[in-house]
Amino acid sequence: MTVPGASATEVPALTPWRIAEIAAALLALDGASIGGVSLRAPAGTVREAWLTHLSTLRGGAPCARMPAGIGDARLLGGLDLTATLAMGRPVAERGLLAEVDGGVLIVAMAERVEAATAAKLCAVVDAGAVTVERDGIALTVPTRFAIVALDEGIAADERPAAALTDRLALRLDLTALSHREVEPPVFDAESIAAARDRVAATIDDETIACLCTAALALGIGSTRTALQAVKVARLVAALAGREAVAPEDAALAAALVLAPRATQLPARSEEADAHEPEPESDPQPESPPSESDDQAAAPPRDLDEMVLDAAKAAIPAGLLAQLLAAGGRTKARAAGRAGQLQKAARRGRIIGSKAGDLRCGARLDVVETLRAAAPWQRLRQSEAAMVGRNGLIVRREDFRIARYKQRSETATLFVVDASGSSALQRLAEAKGAVRLLLAECYVRRDEVALIAFRKAQAEIVLPPTRSLVAAERALAGLPGGGATPLATAIEAACALADAVRRKGRTPALVFMTDGRANIDRGGRQGRAQAQADALAAARSLRGEGFNAILIDTSPQPQPQAADIAAAMGGLYLPLPQADAAGVGRAVGLALAAGR
Amino acid sequence: MDGLLDHADVVGQHLRRESGGDSGETGSALATPAAAIARRALRAPKRAAAPPADGRAPPFPFSAIVAQEEMKRALLLAAIDPSIGGVLIFGDRGTGKSTAVRALAALLPPMRAVVGDPYQAAPRAGVRGQKTHLVPVPVVDLPLGATEDRVVGALDLEKALASGEKAFQPGLLARANRGFLYIDEANLLEDHLVDVLLDVAASGENVVEREGLSIRHPARFVLVGSGNPEEGELRPQLLDRFGLSVEVATPVDLPTRIAVVKRRDAYDRDPRGFCAQWQTADQAIGRRLTAGRKRLAQIETSDAALTRVAELCLHLGTDGLRGELTLMRAARALAALEGAQEVLDVHIRTVAPMALRHRLRRNPLDEAGSTVRVERALAEVFGP
Repeated sequence: MTVPGASATEVPALTPWRIAEIAAALLALDGASIGGVSLRAPAGTVREAWLTHLSTLRGGAPCARMPAGIGDARLLGGLDLTATLAMGRPVAERGLLAEVDGGVLIVAMAERVEAATAAKLCAVVDAGAVTVERDGIALTVPTRFAIVALDEGIAADERPAAALTDRLALRLDLTALSHREVEPPVFDAESIAAARDRVAATIDDETIACLCTAALALGIGSTRTALQAVKVARLVAALAGREAVAPEDAALAAALVLAPRATQLPARSEEADAHEPEPESDPQPESPPSESDDQAAAPPRDLDEMVLDAAKAAIPAGLLAQLLAAGGRTKARAAGRAGQLQKAARRGRIIGSKAGDLRCGARLDVVETLRAAAPWQRLRQSEAAMVGRNGLIVRREDFRIARYKQRSETATLFVVDASGSSALQRLAEAKGAVRLLLAECYVRRDEVALIAFRKAQAEIVLPPTRSLVAAERALAGLPGGGATPLATAIEAACALADAVRRKGRTPALVFMTDGRANIDRGGRQGRAQAQADALAAARSLRGEGFNAILIDTSPQPQPQAADIAAAMGGLYLPLPQADAAGVGRAVGLALAAGR
Repeated sequence: MDGLLDHADVVGQHLRRESGGDSGETGSALATPAAAIARRALRAPKRAAAPPADGRAPPFPFSAIVAQEEMKRALLLAAIDPSIGGVLIFGDRGTGKSTAVRALAALLPPMRAVVGDPYQAAPRAGVRGQKTHLVPVPVVDLPLGATEDRVVGALDLEKALASGEKAFQPGLLARANRGFLYIDEANLLEDHLVDVLLDVAASGENVVEREGLSIRHPARFVLVGSGNPEEGELRPQLLDRFGLSVEVATPVDLPTRIAVVKRRDAYDRDPRGFCAQWQTADQAIGRRLTAGRKRLAQIETSDAALTRVAELCLHLGTDGLRGELTLMRAARALAALEGAQEVLDVHIRTVAPMALRHRLRRNPLDEAGSTVRVERALAEVFGP
């Protein structure tokens, strides 16, 4: 019996929906072995259709939903306090990850999952077991599950933690798909059950080598990805009813696993030219990768070429355009208003509690304190009875103090003028000052981001990161020259600062410019209009209440720069009066005072 | 130059004192008044003993790890001489950092411990009638999300609830005594836990005060941390507490990458069969380790070698003695591992990057990475 969708000849065109459907089938077949899928799509009918399809294919396997802000106790398990007190002995509570063994874990709003939570999830996936060392409970529970990370991010930098997506073999983007493109299913629960007997399909060394070659040619660094492609190829073969991986299975695996991760085009120039994409920056809803039709129809060729072509054909058009035009960099644009504004974020949000003393400023987490005291009541009361006391006994070591996100984390956004008017030697000095500030941010464990502006645009050279190495690399590669689009830069900085604030961190803006704007918001030349626009943008920045500093990089202090600093309600620091080290100190002080 | 020689002398004395037989293992040091209660009350935490016992796959064999020579070497050196003070492995995702540490557990020759001792203490010299047995060297994984009470140990909840009795339940630090404590994603560990770990790692002793019980127990372990620089830098204070620091990168040449994928795939399909295939190779490394440990005390460190080390550290401007001591210990451990009689220049050169790269003062204006700076200094001190 051949399963529908078996060979390339039976599936004439791999539409985005068809690819998504195959991904669902692979997940249903043995999702745990390939990690799972990172699914980028807004909440809507298309995503629902896919999830429904997945649950049909899986039959009755367990399925659990993990909210983005899940606590450790629920995620990993711990002490079941109610049961413990009722039974008079410690009772462990299974966490979500243990409960979902053998099923699918749906991570809701995966782009908002904290790095620490993602790391815990990854550790469990890697170990194939949850190890709980919490609240007096020590146990290890084996668990295997597939992950469906629902990524609702809109902006390019709103993505799930890389550590998590690295472990998920499949990556789907259904953002551009309309519900009209949803096709009737090809697979059903029975075809999955039939394929399950063949999941150990064999794969020869040549095919493994060729998948590794393709991964390298597409600029994919992690060897984990190539390994995932091998595993996916095996499942694809099983799905197609084969005992051994055929070339077309490897090709499909490359399209599914390697293509969405490509960071470069293979270095075969004439091929690359042939695939020159249309000059469009936003993927249009109705533009599925068209090359796939020719690929499927083409006669089988050299295995290497076939796999690579399949991967190349599946690279989304938008990604290609981005790779070719921007060299992988992210264009600054107004950040989308995805997700909810965190109302409490401005005053810090509670992210947990820890044991500690009640000193000034610390806030007692009453519930956690009582939880910590509860198990010991019997012991304490037997002691207290001797001195004639009764009632609840809470001791100092039970005190739990609420921990806030806000107090510790600041993101410093550097907005650097790389235009010609900030003459090049000044740019070098500005870079020197930024480096010193970076080193300081590193010591304080702050995040830093870098926006550069020149010619007609502002560019996020470095999205907020804690990596000093990445920041220094971005800074070193900063080109100079061109006009000064100051208004655009202030707006871009404002948008990024807003995104940072919505993540619960405090943004601080450091502008380094001579303040001589000569490109207005519309991208037209003209000093007067440009200056007016810059002042307006600066005022709106002040309206947002961001903490800002402007460092004047011109040889002589400029009144324009001082005006803009005043308009944004920020501190004005002329660079000529201080060397780079002096500016570093001043900014450090100003930022500390503004906190 | 005089200063330099003096300096070398101090380091030399340190090292000689160490090789003089004082192993630093004093057994279970329950010295407080509460010791008696604690000893009565001590019980091993309830859990399945070694990982493979619960039906999970055995770890990926150490000898089957492709490339990543520096990382493997650093781990072996730390196993030969625990006083080197821990290993920090930083690098790309999917480079086998965790795999290597977990694989190390299978290599380590078993150690002799007192039966029933919750800290698997070594038998004390001169004490008769001790029952001892061979136990595997503990390699304890510190899971992210562990709470402080389970890390340092706390009162036994079960006893407190059931009989109102005070009993100490040792934590992960107790379990790691005489072995390794591994923190994956060290940069994501909660700050207050990091502080506790550093404190204990430095003092070799864990002190717990809870419900009027005061427990003090030995907690000597080799701290192994791993992390990914993209997830955030490590606090500088944490950085230089590690003896050795290795940077791992994804292999870029195709044959190595293919080998990585093939071996991992073979392991994932049949872990037991794969491990059986590599058992002989693993055992060979285990024997080298055992031989290296025995030889360590006899390795000569010449004044010339000490001077070289001092010169190198002076050149790089590393603060304090710690860098020199670590470099010398690591070089000596390497000499022992490779079966040499004394520490040679080649040993110093091999281990210098891993012993020193994380001790350099960060210079934001120097573009070169710390590894390059160490290599530059090596070329200047030793010649090309």
